[in-house]
Amino acid sequence: MAIFYQGDQMKNKQIHQAFMVLALSMSFAAVAAESAVTDSERIEQYREMISDGNPAEFDEMRGEELWKKPGGPKMASLEKCNLGKGAGVVKGAYAELPKYFKDTRRVQDLESRLLTCMTTLQGIPEEEITAKPFASAKKASDISSLATYVVGQSKGVKMKVSTKHPKVKESYEIGKRIFNYRAGPYDFGCSTCHATSGVRIRMQDLPNMRSNKKDAQIAYTGWPAYRVSQGLTRSFQWRLNDCFRQQRFPEPKFASEATIALTTYLAVSANGAEYVGPGLKR
Amino acid sequence: MNSKLIMSIAVSASLALLAAPAQAEKVASGLDAKTAMIVKRDFLDKGIAKATRVNQDALQAACSKYVDNPPTKLKAKLEAAETAAIKWPADGQYMGDWQAGEKLAQSGKGMTWSDKAEDPAGGNCYNCHQLSGKEIAYGTIGPSLRNYGKTRGTGEDVQRYTYGRIYNAKAMNACANMPRFGHMGILTEAQIKDLVALLLDPESGVNK
Repeated sequence: MAIFYQGDQMKNKQIHQAFMVLALSMSFAAVAAESAVTDSERIEQYREMISDGNPAEFDEMRGEELWKKPGGPKMASLEKCNLGKGAGVVKGAYAELPKYFKDTRRVQDLESRLLTCMTTLQGIPEEEITAKPFASAKKASDISSLATYVVGQSKGVKMKVSTKHPKVKESYEIGKRIFNYRAGPYDFGCSTCHATSGVRIRMQDLPNMRSNKKDAQIAYTGWPAYRVSQGLTRSFQWRLNDCFRQQRFPEPKFASEATIALTTYLAVSANGAEYVGPGLKR
Repeated sequence: MNSKLIMSIAVSASLALLAAPAQAEKVASGLDAKTAMIVKRDFLDKGIAKATRVNQDALQAACSKYVDNPPTKLKAKLEAAETAAIKWPADGQYMGDWQAGEKLAQSGKGMTWSDKAEDPAGGNCYNCHQLSGKEIAYGTIGPSLRNYGKTRGTGEDVQRYTYGRIYNAKAMNACANMPRFGHMGILTEAQIKDLVALLLDPESGVNK
């Protein structure tokens, strides 16, 4: 995949389209085959087919450019952004997030921290970023691409989120409660789908994040991820957002304390696992 | 040592013993309150999914607090309240059209912020249950309902039980995963009858 690094937009687009065609033909094939193959098995086959790369790498490259290029009203790059390991340190930063930050005096996950850096260092108004924080087919999301770049720099690093700081410990405890919080017209919580091992929705396998360490590790380290069905790289905040949509909840505010707490709970549950880099999903 | 002193040592020792769990409980209820405050502040209206949806009723609050395992007495109390609230069909009929039921069972749509108010909600049945033998893409969160009518019979008692179970699964099991389809107004009486037929009609794919 490195050969496409020069930012050859045309070529990237063609490859992207090729992936989409491949993805579509796979789903048609799946319907036609009518075999009891789970989505996970199908994705595993797809992963093997493209084992030399993941389309998320395009988003990583886009994010890297955004990180290094001066931007915003202040025409500053993000190279002085402190993700928890000192100003400008990106390597291994994601594997230790969420973390307590003294300057903002709160616990922050990657995306909320990027939001802080973009507003303070680059002077971009917060509402401008949070109005549409997720990528769509029509428009890429800068904060999302930046997140993809940063997580890529923790490839091969073991997840090590510390709860020593009382604020992180509290965030974890609140996150656990949000995980089990049942509400809405369907009485759903995260726990409805993610607290039993070995079950699935339709053909989609579901990880048990309440009591199965291995499931929690695989699930957390699989995000952010390129979603084949959407042709987009999706951030962790997006993952939580879409879960709440399906829970029939109202929308969680982007980078809010609620989403950060839930992320802390899930990240801590994944401690000890190697972060494998942006994933690849159905 | 005088008896007064012994007495006061004993009292303070037992107070200390009592204080430890009491303190833990205090911390836990503080965190519960803080969680509720954060959830109420951080979830916002989007489309038809209004922010007020995070406000819990007594059952949702208890199942959250006790992580789906409330104390026996409370569980029985919750189930009794849910049972009392079941609205049974006025015409005494429980069975509808199994084919309409199958269509409904297939649909997982409805009530998310990307749905419209006028979009009908589906039954979501196949998301979690095996039903018709023809549908292989079924979920496993709930038990298999394959041959439901064949194994249970189709008498009026079974019909009524099944109607009640779909109308409000929490009447039988307070913290069940299954939504309260009738109680929460997700499905209409006629739609629930169609699902009862899907489960019980000998012609339904469930029993073939």
